[in-house]
Amino acid sequence: MDFETIIGLEIHAELSTKSKMFCGCSTVFGGEPNTKTCPVCLGHPGTLPVANRKAIEYAILLGLALNCEIAERSIFHRKNYFYPDMPKNYQISQYDIPLSRNGFLEIDMGEYKRRVGIIRVHLEEDTGKSIHVGESGRIHGAERSLEDFNRAGIPLVEIVTEPDLRSPEEARNFMMELRAVLEYLGISDCKMEEGSLRCDANISVGVGGSRGTKVEIKNMNSFRALQRALSFEEKRQRDVLLKGGIVTQETRHWDEAAGITHALRTKEEAFDYRYFPEPDLVPIEPDPPWVEELRRSLPEMPAERLRRFISEYGLPKDIAKVLVYDKKLGNFYEETVRKGENPIEIAKWVAGDLAGLLNEASIDADLSPVRPGGVSELVHLVESGVISGRMAKDVLKEAFESGESPRQIVSRKGLSQIADSNEILAIVKQVIKENPQAVSDYLDGKEQALKYLMGQVMKLTRGKANPKMASEMLVEALKMRE
Amino acid sequence: MAISIEDVEHVAKLARIYLTEEEKEMFRKQLSDVLEHARVISEVDTSTVEPTSHAIPLSNVTREDEVRESLTVEEATKNAPWSDGGAFTVPKII
Ligand SMILES: [Zn+2]
Repeated sequence: MDFETIIGLEIHAELSTKSKMFCGCSTVFGGEPNTKTCPVCLGHPGTLPVANRKAIEYAILLGLALNCEIAERSIFHRKNYFYPDMPKNYQISQYDIPLSRNGFLEIDMGEYKRRVGIIRVHLEEDTGKSIHVGESGRIHGAERSLEDFNRAGIPLVEIVTEPDLRSPEEARNFMMELRAVLEYLGISDCKMEEGSLRCDANISVGVGGSRGTKVEIKNMNSFRALQRALSFEEKRQRDVLLKGGIVTQETRHWDEAAGITHALRTKEEAFDYRYFPEPDLVPIEPDPPWVEELRRSLPEMPAERLRRFISEYGLPKDIAKVLVYDKKLGNFYEETVRKGENPIEIAKWVAGDLAGLLNEASIDADLSPVRPGGVSELVHLVESGVISGRMAKDVLKEAFESGESPRQIVSRKGLSQIADSNEILAIVKQVIKENPQAVSDYLDGKEQALKYLMGQVMKLTRGKANPKMASEMLVEALKMRE
Repeated sequence: MAISIEDVEHVAKLARIYLTEEEKEMFRKQLSDVLEHARVISEVDTSTVEPTSHAIPLSNVTREDEVRESLTVEEATKNAPWSDGGAFTVPKII
């Protein structure tokens, strides 16, 4: 059968303002329950919300970065629902007049690019957190729920894409691109594990050109989970269709541990939010000078930086991507390049071994124990032949662990490789003398013997001979015996 | 415009309130009267009027992004009939 998968995403990102959307409570993650609340975010009668200007600016910046039209006039709505995670029994959100709409974001899939439409970007407030207490620890069967409103009222942007994505890989790529945009704008922490970046998806599988049934997937808490959940769901829907069945329109929950999605039991009337204009908040009317000022403050976006890294430093795309899609690592790289060594060699070390060490230790590049100066030093040591690339790996690891500079490590441990031709020649001669069998094997045309002899040279120098010089000298010396 | 008993039941369900048969009939009539009253307004030609979401012509009322002191947990939960370890406690949800 000729299947077509269609995916649209709905993403929520917490904005990294200091205070909440409509009150002065702190937005710092965690803390004891209800230590960051006030009469406004607790929904006490008689209190009035006042919009955080920074949050509005952040949302406009995102709209601009996603090529959206910024509304001349935008209003807030109340989204009414009864669930104890919102003390007011409604969430302040936006409805028919969002702050921005009709944008796009391009993703690079290697062989092709795809322009993904952005339907809207709007502002709203986050909800509180519920902990369900009872035998099962889940909603069903819980005896009571504990409500913590520290998160209630933190500014959120909601980003809704057109159903333009065609595979789980594209969906994952889109999220990576969007996260990078948020990171470069500096408007969100983008931590999926802490819930500051969240994603729901709609996925349908159509057959022979006709549209399939839309299924909503929730609870994907990592990039990996997003791709796994969508791959599972794509296959599940195909299997249903192959058996001649009908896909049910429903909301499904991704179970990370079990690796499956399962249908959520929902009440039929759950989606009647009775939106109406929030009477306590006046409209936002971003006037052109304000929007222009924000537009001018837009930093370089990840896609632009990627192009620049490739053209300016001559980097291969895969290495440039590693550097660009981690803003701090990219900054670290550029700082290192400014110290003057070969940009391509630096990129290999920063995107390779250093990124690996940082990842393993869960440290962001800006807090790396090896500073840009250290990496520059390391590259210099390798480029000038003082140490081999192999040795440099160990030196970097040690520098990372001890904080010592690569130069110090090399001199303290006497690691400088032997690049003195007389010294190497003496050892080459000794090896030839002591291994007559291997020498005659080589002269008989057995190439393997050369490897063995080379190994002996490295053994006698405890790995410190410059391998290129040693091998050239060995071949030269053997030639003279022919 | 008349409201049906089903409409009343739907709205009551969304608001999580439980009504007796007599109350349903009473609200059906009251809500119908309210809508009937509003219908008078809909007779006015508003085709050239911008939709109004606020009575006062005011926009861009904002505050600076500054943290202000929050309540203590004790103050925050003081009015709650049921709390546990600083968290508001509510009966099971589903
Ligand atoms: Zn507050």
